[in-house]
Amino acid sequence: MSSEAISTNKNGYVSYLDYKGKHTGFLGWVLSTDHKRIGILYLIALMVFFAVGVTFGFLMRLELIAPGRTIMDPQTYNSIFTLHGVIMIFLFVIPGLPAVFGNFFLPIMIGAKDVAFPRLNLLSWYLYVAGGLLAILSILLPGGPADTGWTFYIPYSVRTGTNVMFTMFAAFILGFSSILTGLNFVTTIHRLRAPGMTWFKMPLFTWSLYATAWVQVLATPIIGITLLLVVIERWLGVGLFDPSLGGDPVLFQHLFWIYSHPAVYIMILPAMGIVSEIIPVFARRTIFGYKFIAFSSIAIALFGSLVWAHHMFTAGMSNTGQFIFSLLTMIVAIPSAIKVFNWTATLYKGSIELAPPMLYVLAFIFLFSIGGLTGIMQGVLSIDIQVHDTSFIVAHFHYVMFGGTGFGIFAALHYWLPKMFARMYNQKVAKVAFWLVFVGFNVLYFPMFVMGWLGMPRRYYDYLPEFQPYHLTSTVGSWILVLGLIIMFTNLIVSMRKGQTITKWNIWGGETLEWKVETPPTLENFDDIPVVTERPYEYRENDLAELEKEAK
Amino acid sequence: MSTQEHAAAHVHRDDIGAKMGMWLFLFTELLLFGGMFFLYSVYRFVNQDAFHLAAKELNTIIGMFNTAILLTSSLTMAISIAAIQKNNRNLSIFFQLLTIVLALGFMVNKYFEWSAKIHHGIFPGGEELLAKSQGEILFFGLYYVMTGLHGLHVIIGVVLIGFMTRLTKNGVIRQDSYVKLEAAGLYWHLVDIIWIFLFPLFYLIT
Ligand code: HEM
Ligand SMILES: [Cu+2]
Repeated sequence: MSSEAISTNKNGYVSYLDYKGKHTGFLGWVLSTDHKRIGILYLIALMVFFAVGVTFGFLMRLELIAPGRTIMDPQTYNSIFTLHGVIMIFLFVIPGLPAVFGNFFLPIMIGAKDVAFPRLNLLSWYLYVAGGLLAILSILLPGGPADTGWTFYIPYSVRTGTNVMFTMFAAFILGFSSILTGLNFVTTIHRLRAPGMTWFKMPLFTWSLYATAWVQVLATPIIGITLLLVVIERWLGVGLFDPSLGGDPVLFQHLFWIYSHPAVYIMILPAMGIVSEIIPVFARRTIFGYKFIAFSSIAIALFGSLVWAHHMFTAGMSNTGQFIFSLLTMIVAIPSAIKVFNWTATLYKGSIELAPPMLYVLAFIFLFSIGGLTGIMQGVLSIDIQVHDTSFIVAHFHYVMFGGTGFGIFAALHYWLPKMFARMYNQKVAKVAFWLVFVGFNVLYFPMFVMGWLGMPRRYYDYLPEFQPYHLTSTVGSWILVLGLIIMFTNLIVSMRKGQTITKWNIWGGETLEWKVETPPTLENFDDIPVVTERPYEYRENDLAELEKEAK
Repeated sequence: MSTQEHAAAHVHRDDIGAKMGMWLFLFTELLLFGGMFFLYSVYRFVNQDAFHLAAKELNTIIGMFNTAILLTSSLTMAISIAAIQKNNRNLSIFFQLLTIVLALGFMVNKYFEWSAKIHHGIFPGGEELLAKSQGEILFFGLYYVMTGLHGLHVIIGVVLIGFMTRLTKNGVIRQDSYVKLEAAGLYWHLVDIIWIFLFPLFYLIT
């Protein structure tokens, strides 16, 4: 990777970037079982898929700038929103934080040399890439890309002539990859914590990964079997979901959402973990309510698994069912709110440093709160029936998934990339990019709340002229947003290759273990396994000075 | 430089961790079938009479025979682990191979059972089946999908155990290091247990 002379530390150990094992060059990466290299492999793949996904989103917005046909025909539009959804959900926000930063930092944060199953870890990456390529390949094959929406609702997904099989099989493989990552993390956290690293000394990002890993392990098999059944259905026509053969399409929806609602927590919990990491560092204060934050992750994972049917209020359900699921949905909001309160309490009276990671975190709290509150609105039956399948929903989930998870990933990038590559990005450019992304985001998605409320349906190619001003604003927003994203990624990529070199161990003044190892970390993370005696985030000013001395 | 020594330092062994990972994986397999059991129970609840009728058409004798085969194979698998613990490599290999033979026997039975049904036009999309009531169509749909998925697991199990046999031969699996074989054994018991549930659901409850 880096072209300078191999840097060794005082004991003669080599950084994971410079290390030369059995294989070198490209093979040294794609055959490496080092969790740090695998994390970076994920990062690269993830960014490529994200770029494709954003391009599709951008094209959709362009099409919607005016009523009627603008740049594509309706069938293309259907395919594009399907692929956009599939890529963003299954390839970007679900794997995002655990696969990239979980892989890279989880072992370091608990004082381990690697994950419990390094080879399985590499296999997960292969599966991830295979699934992603399969999904994208479906564009090129005869029949054309799937046009069902990422939800693959029956019966259309059985009837359409497009390549749904491919896309679904891709999602199945991605699910498998997700399960293996989850399984690996649970075992790692149970078995490989350093001496002294008790459960309540674990960093909060680790806690959130732990909760996420359980959801991955427990919920993903359900989507696996569901997708498999649809594939079998298309292939053999068994009729399990086909009313003409006695099957029930609503059962498909149940099975689908039993996974897909918890999947929302697979997306959001690690992002919340990042936020809990970054806030104490940049507010220079001990995190408020450590245990509450840790337990609320588990609570969210638990309750979040029971509320799936709120996606089906309009699909035919008994009144009792509707009432119960509505109530449960309200209850999940509580642990989320606990986190937000704890973060604000930590920020309160802290001396806040508005470095790029912190900016993204503040934006996260703002956007996620809007996404969360509009989510509660949909938990209310009467409102849900009004906004069901309108662009209100599209706005809501972009605020949660993009404003939440997406911004969480951006925050993590700005927080940890310098540690991973030992180079600093241009902070001024990063801030400019941040403001463009933030403003663009709101200009893009906020109008969708309004027009959805007024009745603009979701997944529509064409619309009534009265919605034009909102669509126009929204499309302009997408330009600002994409401009911001381009600047942000250019800045990061260029700086990671050519930016100012850093060797300081602790660039931000964090207290978790990853800041007590070298920059970049050595192959085995720790020359000697550390013995942990302190809790994380017991922020003391002196520590900073102390650590800097150590680094020299 | 210590670069070279390092590669060796990376090897780490944690049998408890390995078993834990395997248990978690088996849990996901159970949940996978759980989705199907969920469908089965809903459809059975809605179509009680039809399920009753359709179940009568399955051959309980073959089913029982297959149950016996699988149970025995679970036993032979357990014996092979016990054998390696006692450092008797050849005995262990023998019992692993016996497990594979039994598993293949199961598949042969399954083949005859399925082909007889298919011969009679009872298969998804088959005319004979489509002439039946919706509940019966569902029953047979579930029958093919669930036992098919189980059959696929049996085949995976055969490949897995075959792999273990090779590792035992090579001395990778030995008296002081047999967690891989144990994991394969756990997997095989799961395949067995799932069948124990499938058998009454399809053959016995009429
Ligand atoms: C982390 C980022 C993002 C995620 C997770 C995400 C996710 C999704 C999902 C799941 C859908 C629903 C597709 C469907 O209904 O089947 C969707 C729709 C949409 N997305 Fe995104 N998206 C992201 C970023 C973007 C960006 C950057 C743009 C625009 C530049 C965009 C524009 C759209 C539009 C316009 C739709 C509506 C399609 C329609 O209903 O016709 N999204 N997105
Ligand atoms: Cu939900």
